[in-house]
Amino acid sequence: MPVKKKINAEVEKMTGARMFIECLLKEGVDTIFGFPGGAVLPIYDVLFDEPLNHILVRHEQGAVHMADGYARASGRPGVVLVTSGPGATNTVTGIATAYMDSIPVVVFTGQVPTALIGNDAFQEADIVGITRPCTKHNYLVKDVEELPRIIKEAFYIATTGRPGPVLVDLPKDVLTATARFQYPEKVSIESYQPTYRGHPGQIKKAIDFILKSRRPVIYSGGGVLLSNASRELKTFAEKLGIPTTTTLMGLGGFPGTHPLFMGMLGMHGTYCANMAVTDTDCLIAVGARFDDRVTGKIDEFAPYAGIIHIDIDPTSISKNVKVDIPIVGDVKEVLKDMVRAIPMQKATSEFKAGLKEWHDQVETWANTHKLTYKFDPNGKIKPQYVIEKLYEVTGGDAIITTEVGQNQMWAAQFFKYKKPRTFLTSGGLGTMGFGFPAAIGAQVAFPKKTVIDIAGDGSIQMNIQELATAVQYKLPVKVAILNNMVLGMVRQWQELFYDKRYSHTCVSVAPDYVKLAESYGAVGLRAVKPDEVVDVIKEAMKVKDRPVFMDFKVEPFEDVYPMVPAGQPLNKMLIV
Amino acid sequence: MRHTISVLVQNEFGVLSRISGLFSGRGFNIESLTVAETLDSKISRMTIVTSGDDKVLEQINKQLNKLINVIKVHDFTGEEHIERELALIKVNANAENRAEILSIVDIFRAKVVDVSPRYYTVEITGDREKASAMVELLRPFGIKEIVRTGSVAMARSPKQK
Repeated sequence: MPVKKKINAEVEKMTGARMFIECLLKEGVDTIFGFPGGAVLPIYDVLFDEPLNHILVRHEQGAVHMADGYARASGRPGVVLVTSGPGATNTVTGIATAYMDSIPVVVFTGQVPTALIGNDAFQEADIVGITRPCTKHNYLVKDVEELPRIIKEAFYIATTGRPGPVLVDLPKDVLTATARFQYPEKVSIESYQPTYRGHPGQIKKAIDFILKSRRPVIYSGGGVLLSNASRELKTFAEKLGIPTTTTLMGLGGFPGTHPLFMGMLGMHGTYCANMAVTDTDCLIAVGARFDDRVTGKIDEFAPYAGIIHIDIDPTSISKNVKVDIPIVGDVKEVLKDMVRAIPMQKATSEFKAGLKEWHDQVETWANTHKLTYKFDPNGKIKPQYVIEKLYEVTGGDAIITTEVGQNQMWAAQFFKYKKPRTFLTSGGLGTMGFGFPAAIGAQVAFPKKTVIDIAGDGSIQMNIQELATAVQYKLPVKVAILNNMVLGMVRQWQELFYDKRYSHTCVSVAPDYVKLAESYGAVGLRAVKPDEVVDVIKEAMKVKDRPVFMDFKVEPFEDVYPMVPAGQPLNKMLIV
Repeated sequence: MRHTISVLVQNEFGVLSRISGLFSGRGFNIESLTVAETLDSKISRMTIVTSGDDKVLEQINKQLNKLINVIKVHDFTGEEHIERELALIKVNANAENRAEILSIVDIFRAKVVDVSPRYYTVEITGDREKASAMVELLRPFGIKEIVRTGSVAMARSPKQK
C-alpha cells in the first residue's frame, strides 16, 4: 500500500531566521542567552512569538558566561545570540573562557549583509577572524542553503571530542533569504574523528604498571566532569585504593568527603596532595592537562613517577610533562576498560595490602598541615569562615560558582564538593566577572537548586550589570561578596613578592552593595561581625524569587595558604 | 632540526589563516609554506617547512591534526622523498660576464627565462641546497632581485615491484 507522505515544516520554504530557530529546536535547545541588534533583527522577530526561552542579558560578555554556566551545570550546550560588531566583540572574553576550560557553547553572531562584508560597514567586525584562536571552530555562513548543515556541525563539534565553543557568524541577508529547510540527520566530517576508546594494549600496560607501583596517586581534572565519568573514577580509585587529588577544574569529579580524597593540588593545593604528588612513583593523570598552576616548577614535578595520562585530546599529552604511558580516549570509556582490565582477586589484593605504608604516609601528611586559618570571634570576619558557614548551612547541597582570585581559592579549599558539576569556575583563563553570570546560567538550568556565587568585591563589579537580568527573570541567585576592599590575590602577591608595595590594588571606593541590590529590586544583606554571618546566609536562603547580595565585610589582609610561589616545586609551600 | 610537513586540508575559506595562526599563536617557526589545490578541488595540500626539537614537532603534528579542517598530516623527515623549490633570480649581465653566467646556468641545468640589456632572469628548480648554491655563485655578479617559492615535497615510490 502506498504511504502518503506527510507534508511538514521540513519541506516548506522558509527564511534563514526561521530556519535558525527550527535548527535550535531540532537540537533540543530550550534557552538562548542573547542581546538584540540590527543584524539579528530577523531572528528577534521570530523570537517575538516565543518559540523558545530567551534570556535578555545586559552585556554580551554576560550572555556567554551564562551559557557557559548553563553548560557546566547541566552538561548541555549553552547557546548565545548577539548582534554584529560590538555585540560580537563583547563575547570574546566569554568565548576564550569557555575555550580554555573546554565548555560546549555555541555562539551565534549577527553580521552585516554579505555584500557589505569587508567594506567597514556600520557595526561590522571580522568576528570569525577575531575568534579563530579562541574557538574550537567557527563558521561564516555565506548561503542560506548551508545554514542547517553548519548549525548541525556547530553543535556536533562543540559537544563531542574535547568540547569547546563554536561560533557561527550570520550575515543579515542570509537570515532574510529563503530556502527549503532540511535538517541533516547525521554529521560526517571526514577530518574530525575523535577517539573515544583507549588502546587496549596501552590500557593493559597502564594496569600492569600501576600494580607494580607502591605509591600511586590519581590526579584528575576537568575532563572527568566533561565526560561524566565521576562514577567510573570513584570505582577505579576504590577498586585499587589509590589516593586521589583533583585540579581546580576537577573538583566535584571525585567526592570531596571521600576517605581517598587528598584535596586539590597545585599552587594553592593542600599540603597532603602536593607532597603525595611529589613523592609518588605512579601518577595517573585523568582528564587533566598539567597546567603550570598545577605543576609548579615543571622539572621537579612528580620527579619519581612513571606517568600515565588519559586524555581525549592528543595535544594535551606530553605537552608540558613527558608521559610514559599515554592513553588517548574518552575518560569514561577508558576508565571503564581499565576497571575491567584489573585482574581478579589475588594480584589486586596483594597490591592493595602493599599500599598500607603509603596510606599511612598520606594520612600523616593530611594531619600535618590541614587547611586552616586563625579565627577570632570578636575580630573581623574571616573569608574562609564565610565559606565554611555556606557549606554548613547548605549542607553542601548547592551549585557554587566563583569569581577569580582569593575568593576562588578559598571556595576551592573550604567548601566540599560531593557531586560533579557543582563547582563552576574559570580555571584556565581566570576571568574575573565570570561567577555571577555563570551562576545565573546555572540557575536557569536548575531553577530549584541553590546557586551561590562566591565573589570578591573586585570581581563582582566586572559583570554587576547582570543583576538586572537576574531580577527580570526572578532568579534567586545568591552572591556572597567577600568584601575586603582590595584586589586580594594581587595584593597578596604584592605583600609576598613586591615588598608590600600595594600598587593600585585598593578598591575601597565602591558602592554600598546592600543599597545597590535594593536599587535593582534585589535583596541586599550585610554582615560585619562573625556572629552575623550565619544569620545573613540563612536569611538569603529564604529568598526564592529574586537575587540576593550578601555583603560580608572581611579581613583585608588575609592570605591564601598553602602557596607554592610561581616557579617553585610543589613541595616548597608557604604554610600559614 | 628542519622538517618538511605535508598537510592535506579542506579547500575552504580561512583555512590558511587557521594554519598560520596556529603557528604564530604557539610560537612555532615557518620557514616556508606553499598551498595549492590537489586533484580533488575540495582538498588543498600545504607543504610547510618548519624547525624545532622533537617535542615541538610532536606538538606541531598534533595541533595541526586537531584543526577541524585538517585531513592528514605527514612529516617527511627520515624517509625517502623528493623536495623541490623554484627560484627566479635576476642577475646583472653585461658583455664581459654573460658567458660565465650562462655556463653556471648550464652546469645547474637552470634556464634563462628573460633577457634584457642589463639583466638575465634565471629560473632554477631543485632542492633548497641547489637553489642556494646557485644564488651563492651568482651573487658576485650582483643579484638585483630574487624570488623563491618554498619547498614542495612528495614521497618516493618503493623501488621494488
